[in-house]
Amino acid sequence: MSGRTVGIVALQGGVREHVDLLAGMGVATTLLRRPEDLIGPDGLRVDAVVLPGGESSTIDRLLRLFGLGEPLGQAIASGLPALGTCAGLIQLSSGIADPAPGQGSLGVLDVTVHRNAFGRQVDSAEVTLPTAWGEARVAFIRAPSVESHGPGVEVIARYRDAVVGVVQGAIIGLAFHPELCGETLFHERLLRFV
Amino acid sequence: MTTSTTTTGTRLVKRGLADMLKGGVIMDVVDAEQARIAEDAGAIAVMALERVPADIRAQGGVARMSDPDLIQGIIDAVSIPVMAKARIGHFVEAQILQHLGVDYIDESEVLSPADYVNHIDKHGFTVPFVCGATNLGEALRRITEGAAMIRSKGEAGTGDVSEATKHIRTIRREIAGLQATLASNPDELYVAAKELRAPYELVREVAERGELPVVLFVAGGVATPADAAMMMQLGADGVFVGSGIFKSGDPAARAAAIVKATALYNDPATITEVSRGLGEAMVGINVADLAAPHRLAERGW
Repeated sequence: MSGRTVGIVALQGGVREHVDLLAGMGVATTLLRRPEDLIGPDGLRVDAVVLPGGESSTIDRLLRLFGLGEPLGQAIASGLPALGTCAGLIQLSSGIADPAPGQGSLGVLDVTVHRNAFGRQVDSAEVTLPTAWGEARVAFIRAPSVESHGPGVEVIARYRDAVVGVVQGAIIGLAFHPELCGETLFHERLLRFV
Repeated sequence: MTTSTTTTGTRLVKRGLADMLKGGVIMDVVDAEQARIAEDAGAIAVMALERVPADIRAQGGVARMSDPDLIQGIIDAVSIPVMAKARIGHFVEAQILQHLGVDYIDESEVLSPADYVNHIDKHGFTVPFVCGATNLGEALRRITEGAAMIRSKGEAGTGDVSEATKHIRTIRREIAGLQATLASNPDELYVAAKELRAPYELVREVAERGELPVVLFVAGGVATPADAAMMMQLGADGVFVGSGIFKSGDPAARAAAIVKATALYNDPATITEVSRGLGEAMVGINVADLAAPHRLAERGW
């Protein structure tokens, strides 16, 4: 894995869990808060990017306030491999069916998402989930779902009749958290896109 | 892609929601309008209650769980997580809050305790709990009872951050002490557990990790962006702001500024910028001027 660095958007949320999981896989990480964390004088500083879970409306606000959203969206649209978990999926999406007032998204993954699709925290659950890439141990925490998706999007996982995992080119969008359960399946796939 | 197996209310999903709150600001709100202002400002969650701590302090009397109608109104008004407070030891208030669908229960010293001996047995609930602590032993006792998140207590409703500083520093110092004991004389961890009045296995886990096994926020007296950034630099995972926002001159601006300062807590340029022109901060009370019976942090044990 030498020489590859994964950037983790670190404005709010479950950043540390992705750092720890990737460290366990022998992958270097760097935290992204400002545009200069992503792009240096010689171009992109990272080989892939993770958008972690957290509160999607808060992260969206901070992405715009600190100017990271626009260059990040452009880099992903231009082919930078990306993995979004939970709120990260919402950030990647092209549409949010039930946004918080003023909430936007990067618009790089051709899906419309529904926030808190499975209920409140009392409905949050640990799940052993069959996926197109094999069985995965994951957690759904106030999780969103994919309500609709474009023709270029492949569905990799469903839960309770809803689409909860997709891939489009080098972009992986997950409604759930593999990182909380130490599940490396999806991060391994992300690294294959590098 | 056939069937999946599902388990709710596990330790992992209870602690997992707190993990997703890290780096954020949780704001006290007393009605739906304040909840919307908090959400617009970038709060990661709101704490629904009838009176902010400054008013509880001013008005006195027994402070209880809020009216279910008030909590329901706030749940309906926003899409971010909603927390609500139950009295220490009042497991039926907690049952009501779980039934209402709140996302986190704060078993809080800001309300009048319902039981001066026992805290709530939090393992039996599907909804997760956050509890206050002034030191490591208290934090570990709450975790043993099932708390999935800890907040240092500070002194709520004062706008005086000194107690919050003391509590986060105490917890961090005591953890560092356990790490040193593990490195030099691990056999002394048994006595450390006795002195902390906490289970040995949990004490050992903290000594090995160098941190609590759950998320640690700071609460009590945070009133400015600089206060929030200081708590983050002292090692907090995030902050609760109670009276500090809606008892100030311009709540929306102050709320947004505290969110920004919490996210970029190591960047003095940003903290300076967001601190400009916020209007009046809440009128504070010095903790030193409070007679001992009025100190909320001393509730809980």
